[in-house]
Amino acid sequence: METVNETDNLITNDGSDAVFELDRVSKIYRNEGKDFTALRDVSFTIREGEIFGIIGMSGAGKSTLVRTLNRLTDVTSGSVRYFGRDLAELKARELRKVRRSIAMIFQGFNLLQQRTVIKNVEQPLRIAGVGRRERKEIARQMLEVVGLSEKEKEYPARLSGGQRQRVAIARALAANPKVLLCDEATSALDPKITGEILELLQKINREQKLTIVIITHEMSVVERICDRVAIIDDGNLAEVGDVKEVFRAPKSRAAKKLVFPSNPYDPSDENSRLIRIAFDGLSAKEPFIADLVATTGQKVNILSANTKSVGGVGYGQMVLELPPDEKDRAVVVEYFRSKGLAISEVDE
Amino acid sequence: MSDYIVEAIKNGVWETLRMTAYASLYAYIVGLPVGVILYATAKGRLLQNRPVNIVIGVITDIMRSLPFLILLVLLIPFTRWVTGSSIGTTAAIVPLTVGAIPIVARMVEASLCEVQPGIIEAATSMGASPLHIILHFILPEAAPSLLQGAAINVATVLGYSAMAGVIGGGGLGAIALQYGYYRYQKDVLWTTVILLVIMVMVIQGAGGLLAKIRRKA
Repeated sequence: METVNETDNLITNDGSDAVFELDRVSKIYRNEGKDFTALRDVSFTIREGEIFGIIGMSGAGKSTLVRTLNRLTDVTSGSVRYFGRDLAELKARELRKVRRSIAMIFQGFNLLQQRTVIKNVEQPLRIAGVGRRERKEIARQMLEVVGLSEKEKEYPARLSGGQRQRVAIARALAANPKVLLCDEATSALDPKITGEILELLQKINREQKLTIVIITHEMSVVERICDRVAIIDDGNLAEVGDVKEVFRAPKSRAAKKLVFPSNPYDPSDENSRLIRIAFDGLSAKEPFIADLVATTGQKVNILSANTKSVGGVGYGQMVLELPPDEKDRAVVVEYFRSKGLAISEVDE
Repeated sequence: MSDYIVEAIKNGVWETLRMTAYASLYAYIVGLPVGVILYATAKGRLLQNRPVNIVIGVITDIMRSLPFLILLVLLIPFTRWVTGSSIGTTAAIVPLTVGAIPIVARMVEASLCEVQPGIIEAATSMGASPLHIILHFILPEAAPSLLQGAAINVATVLGYSAMAGVIGGGGLGAIALQYGYYRYQKDVLWTTVILLVIMVMVIQGAGGLLAKIRRKA
């Protein structure tokens, strides 16, 4: 398997753990005199071994962004460094070699319909010039990893969506890549199958120390397996950080919008304000709403409350409607602050 | 029908099949790569190249728009140069091939255009070269469609081969012309026509069946 990857000589390792470093990446599509800015000055770093999420609404530019990582799309300005090397400087042949170490899976799977499952999985090895027998052997191992050994002679059309994505993952892993890019890989799948695919990706990340980049419009995907997340909004990087941190205290408007999807909270009084309280395992043990009423006499209306497990840590959030009167409101806010709860106002 | 006409028709069937088979084969040997070039050099494709695409595209379309009968006559010197004669079954293969090349090329191009762009993107992301992508991704994916197109092309060549009878090309077309048309032998005319129809149907059916077997999705 080691022979498959010849990219090592192309990589200048400067000791940092960065796989990708994006520096002020912009992408402008020029179309008949009309410019469309898909990405504007996006900078962040993806570290080795992490699962990095890129989330945004559809049309935010995340698909363009992921395609700059293997130069399926050329950047208009700025740079994308892969293990310290600027992708834009690579000649066609070098780029092809680098791409062999950056596997990719897609929303539409993109399997060869006229080839059997095993032939599909063999494709990257064929490109790398691996001999017929070795190809088959590796492909079989990969199908075992994704749990589809008994389907090797089937054609993709006879498989379910989840199985097709598993084949695509097996194909992606075949040439022993350093990174796996997932472009909306679970968006065409139902929630149960999505869960299974995410579990598989997480297993691969842990067992093979494979860096994974996940593009998605679903917050649940990020919550479930990502270590860090970048939020893309209308071509801009709105926020980047640890998933736990972004969830606990989203700073940008775009992040808030994603953390509370389609803000369904409907206050009973026009003048009342909505706040969101995020609490971790510790503060969740206190009956603070009851305490609030007991100590201050103020009443709040609970519009939404839930708990989630983010990156293994349980935490909860609650959306409250505060009293319409400003003084009453101040009392409530002061009370929560004194309890050390993280509160933020909900944008409408 | 007299014995010698029956004999002539048998011979004609054989000649027609021979002309069709060779002309189709040669037309694909040239037309398939031309179709691939037309496809790959088009805007937004793997080897985008406007000048090449335009030049080959224009030549293809000019040749395709010439009536086959005119092409037959125009090509007589070329045919004589290639085969040493301008009359007979072997000679007819030359204009048939030339006439079929542009049709094959456009048909191939159309089949390749059906391949999902996602397949090409996936292949590119794997680090495949353009040639590798064409040979190992695009052509296999287009195979069923290419087979279906081939059935149509071979049937077209068969139809053209009947016209070759006009310049002494032999085959069923020549028999239909000589006995059926000039000598008013309606039975011969209809026999040859029915035979041609059957041959076209068999080719179309076989091609369709092959495509169906090959098509996995």
